[in-house]
Amino acid sequence: MSHHIVEVKDLRHVYPDGTEALRGVSFRITHGESVAVIGANGAGKSTLLLHLNGYLATSQGAIRIGDFPLTPATLPEIRRTVGMVFQDPDDQLFMPTVFDDVAFGPQNLGLVGDELEARVQEALARVGAGHLRDKPPYRLSGGEKKRVAIATVLAMSPDILVMDEPTSGLDPFARRQLMALLKDFHHTRIFTSHDLDMVLELCERTIVLHKGEVRADGPTLDIFRDEALLAACRLEKPFAMQGCPVCNR
Amino acid sequence: MASIGGAVKDFRQLDLLATGDTGVHRLDARAKVLVTLVFILAVVSLGKYELAALFPFFLYPAVLMALGDLPVRHIARKVVVVLPFALMVGMFNPVFDQTVLVRLGPLGISGGWLSFASILVRATLTVGAALILVGITGFPAICQALDQLGMPRIFTVQLLFLYRYLFVLSEEGGRTARARELRAFGKKGLGWRSYGSLVSHLLLRTWLRAERIHLAMLARGFAGEFHPRRTTRFGGREFLFFAGWSGLFLFFRLVNVSQLLGTIVTGVLG
Amino acid sequence: MHMADALLSPAVGGTMWAASAGAIIYCSRKLRKEMDTGKAPLMGVLGAFLFAAQMINFTIPATGSSGHLGGGLLLAVLLGPAAAFITIASVLVVQALFFADGGLLALGCNIFNLGFFPAFLAYPFIYKPLVGSAPSKTRIAVAAMVAAIVGLQLGAFSVVLETVASGISSLPFATFVSLMQPIHLAIGVVEGLVTGAVVSFVYQARPEIIQSVQEARPLGATPSRNVLAAFLAAALLIGGFVSWFASENPDGLEWAIARVTGGEESAEPQVGLHARLAALQESVAFLPGYTFKKSEHQPENVAGQESPLGTSVAGIVGGLLTLAIAFLSGILLRKKDRMA
Repeated sequence: MSHHIVEVKDLRHVYPDGTEALRGVSFRITHGESVAVIGANGAGKSTLLLHLNGYLATSQGAIRIGDFPLTPATLPEIRRTVGMVFQDPDDQLFMPTVFDDVAFGPQNLGLVGDELEARVQEALARVGAGHLRDKPPYRLSGGEKKRVAIATVLAMSPDILVMDEPTSGLDPFARRQLMALLKDFHHTRIFTSHDLDMVLELCERTIVLHKGEVRADGPTLDIFRDEALLAACRLEKPFAMQGCPVCNR
Repeated sequence: MASIGGAVKDFRQLDLLATGDTGVHRLDARAKVLVTLVFILAVVSLGKYELAALFPFFLYPAVLMALGDLPVRHIARKVVVVLPFALMVGMFNPVFDQTVLVRLGPLGISGGWLSFASILVRATLTVGAALILVGITGFPAICQALDQLGMPRIFTVQLLFLYRYLFVLSEEGGRTARARELRAFGKKGLGWRSYGSLVSHLLLRTWLRAERIHLAMLARGFAGEFHPRRTTRFGGREFLFFAGWSGLFLFFRLVNVSQLLGTIVTGVLG
Repeated sequence: MHMADALLSPAVGGTMWAASAGAIIYCSRKLRKEMDTGKAPLMGVLGAFLFAAQMINFTIPATGSSGHLGGGLLLAVLLGPAAAFITIASVLVVQALFFADGGLLALGCNIFNLGFFPAFLAYPFIYKPLVGSAPSKTRIAVAAMVAAIVGLQLGAFSVVLETVASGISSLPFATFVSLMQPIHLAIGVVEGLVTGAVVSFVYQARPEIIQSVQEARPLGATPSRNVLAAFLAAALLIGGFVSWFASENPDGLEWAIARVTGGEESAEPQVGLHARLAALQESVAFLPGYTFKKSEHQPENVAGQESPLGTSVAGIVGGLLTLAIAFLSGILLRKKDRMA
């Protein structure tokens, strides 16, 4: 089904102040894949993400999401297909209550009344946040906010889920909960993260960005075994793959 | 620093009260907003020297606080704390208005004192009514009521955004203010220059946050139009609530119930 | 300073509410076209910012008292008049509801006093012309200072007019003015300093934030006509009040004017002004509900109440009884098993 394919061809992006954030990035992600995009700060991860739902206009290169090339005309459909969850849930939860936030997306798609209610319920149930329905966001914990943020995106029935630093700021328990949730999704998933252990557990494929270019693109485990590559890109192995601090092996 | 923390704490408390589930909480917000407005208009329309005529109006806050399970002490404290301007202006009344209007035996009470007391009572009633409204309705519901009653959508959306981010910004502001205080090393006051700098940085961060929020809105299909929130019903109960209280306020306004009661009682006793 | 319900009469409160509501509707219409550019979250978040900034204090040099940013002018510089007005109004609404600042009826006055003057008068007519198209640090500082002072003076004067027109307070016009204006002069200076500092900083860090507003509406285009109309309306409103006051208390106004001008006003201009405004006063006197002409300066005349004021013990007994009944019903109605 071509409709869940994400194809990026030779994407370049230069910011107004002259910074070359992306220098010819290309890759192809197919339906159901779970891919991590990792790299040092400033490597271009966020810039890449912002292209995927059309927030940043593609000036050089091409992006194709499913059947649609990314153009101003196809923007609404692309934004429904690509569900993006940002790093700071406070930026994503901008309505007075959880219900309103989750309903925001579907309302923009034209849903009203019972249909809307059902959609919101379903999305909240998926992330286990049904009981948070009428709470204002400022009274949620970090983990709850993240889950609700995901629900706001799920309510639009996206085919592709993109998340920027999903586990950042979470305590170990909340992190576990979130990872269990994400494992359960069958969408195409694209994550950026510094949490390499999460990447190891959740993503079978990893793309490494360094200074705006793709340095490596392949099976996660292979990449994490390549110490030279990791070092060159200001990364290191996930803790799970480093020596045991207790018995030193 | 303490002022931010304290103010936000109050804000949270009042907001929390609004999540109660009593009968009055469940009423449609429009009824409550309208009754509050009638109440305030009635109180404020009484003559300058009316004092006893104001007393029957206390029935409304008393009853509503009881029905809505609102802690009296908390509301009372807030009312007391925020009377400064009215007090400051009102306290000139006894100075400028010395004509004696009421005689209690040998004691003569001047118009100035009467009107000053009247001002205090008015302030308590009106401010109390506003707090109670929030306590039994909740801010988002009030905004929706305003929207339904005809307020421009852009304004109600603004109110909702403001409410949503008040807490976030206060926290951010509080953190920065605390950092500034911690580096003051015992110097008593912090000057306007460091304040200006603090505020400038907070402003820029806020601007960036606004851009990110806009991004999140676009990502969820926003195209310039804000949609109404869920629908509410203004039914029989709401009508009764509105008509009942409004009628009572009108009665209190036209008939000096205190005077009436007093005459009856002293007539019976005397 | 914030106006309070306790000092307000329904007529004055209602009028100001009408003015503020009208302004809100006008601004909302204007902003509708800009809603897809991210203006909405910006206004919301800047409102919250203002709120937070107002809660942080600094000490004013040489006085030791603390001050904080009012922010009306700053918002106008950042957002433009319409958006700034809406934002200021929203902050005042929240303050009135959650922090019991003033009151709901007084909200109309406060929105007008603290929103209209900085956003629609001080900013377009003082700040923008003074700053010009090539703002330098000095120009910004001066423009901010003058605009802030004028905006606050106008706001403070409105409070005086509204209070005196309501008649609940016995403070005479002249005394009130002589208290309010100097205090707000000091506040205005501080506001000007801080606003100037912040604008300068922002201009250096991210100039596009400010320029975008300046470029949006050149002063010669149509919208300024509307602003001028608003100016005129405000002037008429103020004129109406002043004329009322002049007719009721000619001594007070004369005294105030004499103090301000430092000498005796020649008879001509005053009569001329008076005559012109007296005509306005006729229309003011036809406001429904309350007539302020029934002057509260005559104690035996209490507007609207039939019970005579020369009351006796009965009134007081009745009053206490009523209070007791009110409170008692509150206590009785409370659920018995309420958790503390």
